[in-house]
Amino acid sequence: MFTQYKYWQPYVSPFDPCPPIRVKSYNTPPQLYLGFQPRGLPQFSTAKEALFHGTLWPALFSPYPDPQIRGEEDE
Amino acid sequence: MWYYEKKLQYPVRVSTCNPRLAKFLIEQYGGADGELAAALRYLNQRYTIPDKVVGLLNDIGTEEFAHLEMIATMVYKLTKDASPEQLRDAGLGDHYADHDRALFYHNAAGVPFTATYIQAKGDPIADLYEDIAAEEKARATYQWIIDMSDDPDLNDALKFLREREIVHSQRFREAVEILKEDRGKKKYF
Repeated sequence: MFTQYKYWQPYVSPFDPCPPIRVKSYNTPPQLYLGFQPRGLPQFSTAKEALFHGTLWPALFSPYPDPQIRGEEDE
Repeated sequence: MWYYEKKLQYPVRVSTCNPRLAKFLIEQYGGADGELAAALRYLNQRYTIPDKVVGLLNDIGTEEFAHLEMIATMVYKLTKDASPEQLRDAGLGDHYADHDRALFYHNAAGVPFTATYIQAKGDPIADLYEDIAAEEKARATYQWIIDMSDDPDLNDALKFLREREIVHSQRFREAVEILKEDRGKKKYF
C-alpha cells in the first residue's frame, strides 16, 4: 500500500547516550510521483475544503505530521 | 506591476502567547530557505528563463510574498504584547537589543539575510532544479517548526504553507518537463 511516509531502522549502539529512536521516518509527498499532472484530476468539492487543504486536488494533498503515527486518517 | 489585495492568502490565528515560536518562525522570514529568498529568486530568474515558464515563476514568486506576510503576521502576533523580560526568556534578547519588537530579515539564529542564499545561473535546468530543491527545503523547515509548535491554530496555517511548497515543487517539476520536450528542436532529416 502506498504511503507518504517511509520508515527505516538506524543502527543502535549499546553505548548510545540517549534512549534510542529505533524507527525513523521521512516524508515522500505526492509531487515525487505524479509526473506531469493529468488533465481533469478530481478536485475537492467545495472551495472551502480546497482552501483548508492548501490545494485544489486531493491527489496533491500531503498530511503532516504522519497520520499513521498520530493514529488519524488525515484532517 | 502588482495589484495588492488587503487580506492574507490564508487566515492566521495564534492561540497562545509564545514568543519562542516567533524565534523559530523567523527562519522562514529571513532564512536561506525562507519565503523572502524564494520570492526574490523566482522573480529574478523569470527574465532569462525560456518564455514557456516565465509565467510560472511570476505566479509562484508573487505567491511567496503572500506567504512572507503570513509569516510576518505570525511573528508580529507572537511578540507584539510580550514584555522585554518575556522576549529575553524566549531567547529573543539579542533581537530586542537591536530591533525592539520590529521584524528583521534574519534566520532563527540571528544571521542577517544575504543575496548569496539565492542563485540565478542562467541555465534553465540548473535554475529550475534549484527552485525544486528550495521548495523541498522549505517544506522540511515547515515540518520541523510544526514539530516544535503546540499551537493548533498556528499549526493550521503552517500546514497550509507546507502544502503550498508541495504544489510549487510539483509545478517546477512540470516546468522541467516542458523544457525537456523537443518541440523547439532543430530536426535534420
